[in-house]
Amino acid sequence: MSEVVLSARDVTKVYRMGEVDVHALRGVTLELVAGELLVLLGASGSGKSTLLNILGGLDNPTAGKVMYQKQDLTAASDKALTLFRRAHVGFVFQFYNLIPSLTARENVALVTELADDPMTPEEALALVGLTERQDHFPSQLSGGEQQRVAIARAVAKRPKILLCDEPTGALDYKTGVKVLEVIEKVNLELGTTTAIITHNAPVAAMAQRVVALHDGRIQREELNEARVSASQIEW
Amino acid sequence: MWLHPLRRKLFRDLTTLKGQIVTIALVVACGVAALVTMQSALRSLRDARETFYAASAFADVFVMLRRAPEAVGGRLADLPGVRAVDTRVVGMGTIPFADRSEPARVTVSSLPGSLGRLYLREGRLPEPGRNDEVVLSDAFAEANELRPGARVPLVVGGVRRNVQVVGVGLGPEHVIVMNVGDMAMDAKKSGVLWMNRDAAEAALDLGGSFNQAVLSTVPGFDTREVIDGVDEIVRRYGGLGAHDRERQMSDFMLSQELMQLENMSAQIPPLFLLVAAFLLHVVLTRLVQLQRGQIAALKALGYFNREILQHYLELASVIVVLGATLGVGFGAWFTREMIGLYEEYFRFPTLRATLDPQTAITAILVATLAGVLGTVTSVRSVLKLTPAAAMQPPAPARYRRGLLDIGFFSRLIGPSTRMILRELQRRPLRVALSALGIGVAVGLMVVARFFGDAMDYLVDVQLHESQRWDAQIAFAEPRPLSDLRVFESMPGVFRVQGLRAVPIRIVHEQRSRHISLFGHFGDPEHALQRVVGAAGVAFEMPADGVLLTDTLGDLLGVGPGDTVTLEILEGDRRTLQVPVAGLVDELFGLQAHASADTLHRWLGQEPSTSLALLSIDTAQAEALDRRFVALPDVIGVAHMARVLQQFREQSAQNIGVFSLILTLFGAVIAVGVVYNNARVALSMRERELASLRVLGFTRAEISTILLGELAVQVFAAIPIGLVLGRVFSEAMAKNVDPEMFRFPVILSTQTYAFAAVVTLASAFVSALLVRRKLDRLDLIGVLKTRE
Repeated sequence: MSEVVLSARDVTKVYRMGEVDVHALRGVTLELVAGELLVLLGASGSGKSTLLNILGGLDNPTAGKVMYQKQDLTAASDKALTLFRRAHVGFVFQFYNLIPSLTARENVALVTELADDPMTPEEALALVGLTERQDHFPSQLSGGEQQRVAIARAVAKRPKILLCDEPTGALDYKTGVKVLEVIEKVNLELGTTTAIITHNAPVAAMAQRVVALHDGRIQREELNEARVSASQIEW
Repeated sequence: MWLHPLRRKLFRDLTTLKGQIVTIALVVACGVAALVTMQSALRSLRDARETFYAASAFADVFVMLRRAPEAVGGRLADLPGVRAVDTRVVGMGTIPFADRSEPARVTVSSLPGSLGRLYLREGRLPEPGRNDEVVLSDAFAEANELRPGARVPLVVGGVRRNVQVVGVGLGPEHVIVMNVGDMAMDAKKSGVLWMNRDAAEAALDLGGSFNQAVLSTVPGFDTREVIDGVDEIVRRYGGLGAHDRERQMSDFMLSQELMQLENMSAQIPPLFLLVAAFLLHVVLTRLVQLQRGQIAALKALGYFNREILQHYLELASVIVVLGATLGVGFGAWFTREMIGLYEEYFRFPTLRATLDPQTAITAILVATLAGVLGTVTSVRSVLKLTPAAAMQPPAPARYRRGLLDIGFFSRLIGPSTRMILRELQRRPLRVALSALGIGVAVGLMVVARFFGDAMDYLVDVQLHESQRWDAQIAFAEPRPLSDLRVFESMPGVFRVQGLRAVPIRIVHEQRSRHISLFGHFGDPEHALQRVVGAAGVAFEMPADGVLLTDTLGDLLGVGPGDTVTLEILEGDRRTLQVPVAGLVDELFGLQAHASADTLHRWLGQEPSTSLALLSIDTAQAEALDRRFVALPDVIGVAHMARVLQQFREQSAQNIGVFSLILTLFGAVIAVGVVYNNARVALSMRERELASLRVLGFTRAEISTILLGELAVQVFAAIPIGLVLGRVFSEAMAKNVDPEMFRFPVILSTQTYAFAAVVTLASAFVSALLVRRKLDRLDLIGVLKTRE
């Protein structure tokens, strides 16, 4: 059994929305193993984004325990969580969340400025195939290109973990596949532990392991015996 | 990468926000400029005063008397606490310039000895034994283009002689020269002329004597004790009451000016800085909301809160530094202008406009504080969120149904109006603060014209209701009433009346003041000079007792029915106990009034007069003037028309600059608030407005929705501002020493209208600027972006 990088044990999350409590997670236990590519499947409202946010240190759980290797993240301070994200986690969001006033290269540099042993922004952009477009502003890039910049930004610091929240959600099929290919490439070439959350079931085909979430609980978890490469996925 | 990506973001954000940055920076600049100007002017004047007073050995105690042998000076020097004594011979003289109908009035003084030494700007002092050589005060010499070598006619005690100007200089007792009774300073008509002691004694008929003594005291010694000792000694020589620097005319006026400057510098600049902080808060709050997702992304990437806060603080500091730099620059310029203006009144050997670095630093620090305050309050809310929450779009703005949704109103208003009203209803605090900000602008514009209004009113009451004479002639000594007949026979003179003025010390318990007691002839209906209250109503003289200026009553702690002690400082110097018949809310000075009959009864004298008040045919003023001046014992002639003109010119000049600057400042604030609010509203509602355009609304219609909101704020702000203007004006009026003037807070309709119109115009310009943006709204682009 390989090393467990990130783990969640009996994690619950309750949001108070006005006068009602919304149970986003109702006791989830999950481990991320070094170097694996995991796909978290779930319909909208299943709690998958909440889980990813908690795993990535963007949010605190209401109950349960979250560990990064030997470090307990459960009740970590804002500062500790910031340090954790800064050092170990790369994020890719559905809507890219690029800084519109910075070019592709500068968006990547936002991260390389913070990291200890980063790639250069140029290397990171080359990895996602955007060398030609590095001086373009987000508004001058297509959605797929923007998402690839976001991936370059996420991996430039050589993070331990790459967390992708609906990375293809805003993209058409062809561009979506291209983005998945890049994530796969990062996972293979850099060995980054990767979790992709998606509501798009065919994406699960590229995973080593698939976890399905429903109504805040893990519905099923399985190893993918018939793994295919991202380029072969169709939907 | 040579520049951190966050810095690059900063510069690009700055470019997009340039309009807002400039308008806020200007508000900061106004605050800083106001602070720097007032403080620097204050500092320059104070330094000039300290330096001059120290270098010239300005005295601490002053006394005028009728005549005392020189030996009395020695007795004064022996008083405990006295360090040095300087005796002088001082009187009034006139210089009848050949080309002018009205002679200039000069104070003729013997050259100061050890105290209050002259500073020579040009030429030399008179040589010993040369009794025809004089030194002129520099403002007077300058105004009349007199330089060493000039010869001028001088009339003292009815005797005319020619004197030679050998020097031009100034003394610490005459930093500002203004004749008693004048409403305005006129360097052309009033000055000081110094001559050798022998010459002065001869001219003023005071051989071997003196009539003024100035003393310096031992530091730390109670000046009041010295004053009492001096009074004791000079009483039998006709002493008019010793006093300290506070009641020395020139120092008094200088102190007044310094006090006003100091008060204003504590009142005006903070207003600007508060408005600037508010604007920064509004603009940054919106910017932060717009960049909520970006902030979340930065946090997700591992940026600390303080790094993100620092980023926004850098943005604010660019605005503050830009504003502060402009402000210090403008401040330096305004200070020079202001000092230039002061130089016409206050004369020092050196009066340099020095930019006070400490003030500049303070101003920048205070402005920075305002910036930090505005930034922290706006960024804090987003930083508090977890990155996951910040990543979510903010919850849709909450609107409520309100009064306007009640059936009846609801049918009356269209959807555009409804949107405007709901938006206003949703952010009542922001609307209120914006209205208050614009209100401050309106208020400043009201204050800008307040002094003008107050002056107009003072002139109206004082000159039309109180001083109804066309010409006033002052005699060196009181004259029998029968002497007035000489005027009656002059062609062009319609009516003559006397007015008796007696120098007194009025005492009640421990409190006392040196003032003039006026004896009024005739009834107020026909009198050429009468006692008029703030409301413009004339008072009848009581059959017995005195009427006191109400401020004087307050100072002494007396009211109608109380008894006060009057020490008459002329003639046989008797002391009387008299009842206070009433208080009068006069606008100028401190004085006491009685009927001439009562006064002369108290004095035990036949009716006499100190002034001749004339009603004349103004067309013949010049010819009459020549006859007045030729009369013996006349020390001054004043014509109402000229006094008025002089007064108006001077206040137009002084108030004009002040008023222009305040109006500009007000406009800067109005534009700052309206423009920034409009830009913020536009960026917040871009999507909504674009959607409306897509639905078929015209540009004019969506402009109405956005600008309608602003219009409501501006219209709400105007009444607030008019009230604020009154409050500010009252604060300003309090800066003026009540013993000198009581500025009535009377604001004309024109002033209110002016403030409202300038504000509306500023708002209109701001609206036009935003309207341009609205017309360029990119429909597709806006709708495609994610909220």
